[in-house]
Amino acid sequence: MAAIKIENLQKSFADFTAVKNSNLTINNKEFFVLLGPSGCGKTTTLRMIAGLELPTSGKIYLDQDEVSLLRASERDIAFVFQLFALYPHMNVKNNLAFPLKMQKYSRAEIKERVMEAAKLLRIDNILDSKISSLAGGDRQRVALGRALVRRPKAFLMDEPLGTLDAEFRELMCLELRKLHDDIGATTVYVTHDQQEAMSMADRIAVMNEGEVLQADSPSIIYNKPKSKFVASFIGSPAMNFIPFNQSVQKNQTEITIEGTKIIIPKQLEESTTQENFLGIRPENLKLVSNEGVAGNVFGIEYLGSRKIVTIETKFGKIKIRIDSNVNLKIDENVQFIPSNDNQIIFDGKTEKSLISEFLN
Amino acid sequence: MSKVELKNVTKIYDKTNKAIDDLSLTINNGEFFILLGPTGAGKTTTLRSIAGLEKIDNGQILFDEQDYTSIQPAFRDTAFVFQQFSLYPHYKVFDNLAFPLKSRLRNFSKEDIKEKVEKVAEMLKIKSKLNNKATELSGGEMQRVAIGRALVREPNIYLMDEPLSSLDAKLRETLRVELKNIQRNLGATILYVTHDQAEATTMADRIGVLEEGKLVQVGTPEEIYNNPISTYVAHRLGSPRINIVNEDVLSLENSPSNTKKLGIRPENIKINTGNFQGKIRTIEALGAETVISIDYKQIELLALFQGIFKGTKGENINFDINANNILYFNDKNESIR
Repeated sequence: MAAIKIENLQKSFADFTAVKNSNLTINNKEFFVLLGPSGCGKTTTLRMIAGLELPTSGKIYLDQDEVSLLRASERDIAFVFQLFALYPHMNVKNNLAFPLKMQKYSRAEIKERVMEAAKLLRIDNILDSKISSLAGGDRQRVALGRALVRRPKAFLMDEPLGTLDAEFRELMCLELRKLHDDIGATTVYVTHDQQEAMSMADRIAVMNEGEVLQADSPSIIYNKPKSKFVASFIGSPAMNFIPFNQSVQKNQTEITIEGTKIIIPKQLEESTTQENFLGIRPENLKLVSNEGVAGNVFGIEYLGSRKIVTIETKFGKIKIRIDSNVNLKIDENVQFIPSNDNQIIFDGKTEKSLISEFLN
Repeated sequence: MSKVELKNVTKIYDKTNKAIDDLSLTINNGEFFILLGPTGAGKTTTLRSIAGLEKIDNGQILFDEQDYTSIQPAFRDTAFVFQQFSLYPHYKVFDNLAFPLKSRLRNFSKEDIKEKVEKVAEMLKIKSKLNNKATELSGGEMQRVAIGRALVREPNIYLMDEPLSSLDAKLRETLRVELKNIQRNLGATILYVTHDQAEATTMADRIGVLEEGKLVQVGTPEEIYNNPISTYVAHRLGSPRINIVNEDVLSLENSPSNTKKLGIRPENIKINTGNFQGKIRTIEALGAETVISIDYKQIELLALFQGIFKGTKGENINFDINANNILYFNDKNESIR
């Protein structure tokens, strides 16, 4: 297995720049997720690491070796595609053996590697089944197995679970992570689903418009986002952003929004503009019976162990996470306050978070 | 809008494969009804049968007590929203939305059409895009137009086949709340099918759970979550998934005598308290909450912890289970009440 490093990587298609000056280091044995909305450049980055696209400029290293311009077949990297690219007329065993036959491995070697991969993925009992007779999950495992038999230096996965049922996706997330822990393979995984990223990654790189905005562990990305985009992209439901008209100074501990005073963590950085945003996650707000910010219930989303309430307020729509046994009605008048001071101020101009005692 | 009833509907493919099996269901006027089930459970076949796109082999389909079983699709007056939005790429958004109103069957005036299109565009926040070509829209906007094309009409029922599943996760979340709100304001009758439990519990007035062509339980999201009739239904709702373990794993005192399995929702396992002791297998920090996988007598139990959990893999951990929230199942995996 290997570490992957990309330096000042750039990819342009005619006058469109898909990836802008990206720098990332993916450590040996790390489960690394590239996360972002469609069109953010995550798949292009992955394809450049695989060698399926060549960079316009910049470098890619596999351990010490520069591979930027090598062909895909010369890189010793396995790619798992979104759709199961399997041979439907062949049985599982032959699908697994196929990449090894192409590389002219001995029969004994092929047999050993196929059995090893099949056992790891728990598909050794269906080796003789035809692909067309398998359920979606088993097919996905065979597709993974076909990557596994090559014992590559790294796995690259482009939304491998994208086509699966939601429920099944959750199971496969667990399986993939377990498999990763078992074989310790460096994995780069592309998805637009923040929940997949949070539940599997050692580290996440959030991308938008061709740029890597932040690369950190899931909990740092969630709790200490460096920008408004990262804060809004991670978390379900997303963080609430309340615009306010007041510049923020060093050592400030309070702001006033529409006449309501709100305690904020002590600020260590000043804003560059007057129009800023207060960011509060839905779980950091609570309902109160008086002296809170008032609003009307616009939507109630029941999610089993919790509910998400959308409240129409003078600041716009605010989401609060509450216990599922709290009963509310649409259009009901409610009040809420922050339940702690885990709040972040975002500079309205740079859209970056301002450093505070909470973020420090 | 109408009340829609299915009475003992069966649809058979290839002579033996029952895609829907003796399915009876009433969708009330103004109700948001969601059919939930995995791929192959019969969700789409049910929708297509109501629309008349499939000829059913047995049973009846009624709109407001009237038998529509053998009526041609065009005269059933249903509006279908497909998973893959199919817009006319060379048309403007306005014309895409107006298209269903221009049918000879309906005979609307130009002014009527304009008014209806603008009202729907306003609701779906695409009014500023009315003059754009369909190809100039983002994925989310295209799906709004596709939904809008159904909403411009007032059919007997809106039939929606996983309309949000091809969208980004973030967009899906936003549209969920909007669609529920629009439905409530219009008093629309919607039959919506999905495999995504979050869509089902957040939007539905009632959920019907499908298992291999059979409707196994119907109820409000709360009823289905709290009182599932079987382990199959218990597994359909809840994320992380419910823990189902053999009765002897926890050896509880007050279980009903015929209990074979216990169901414990992860949020009902309380961490760092109580007399059960296990080992931490994995910790998944999801932001607002943390999923902790506990190894207890070689059985995996998932616990849901609110907030950030401080602990490490391999550590011993104490936990408690609230006896009031345990579900009991018999040897047929049916719930014991």
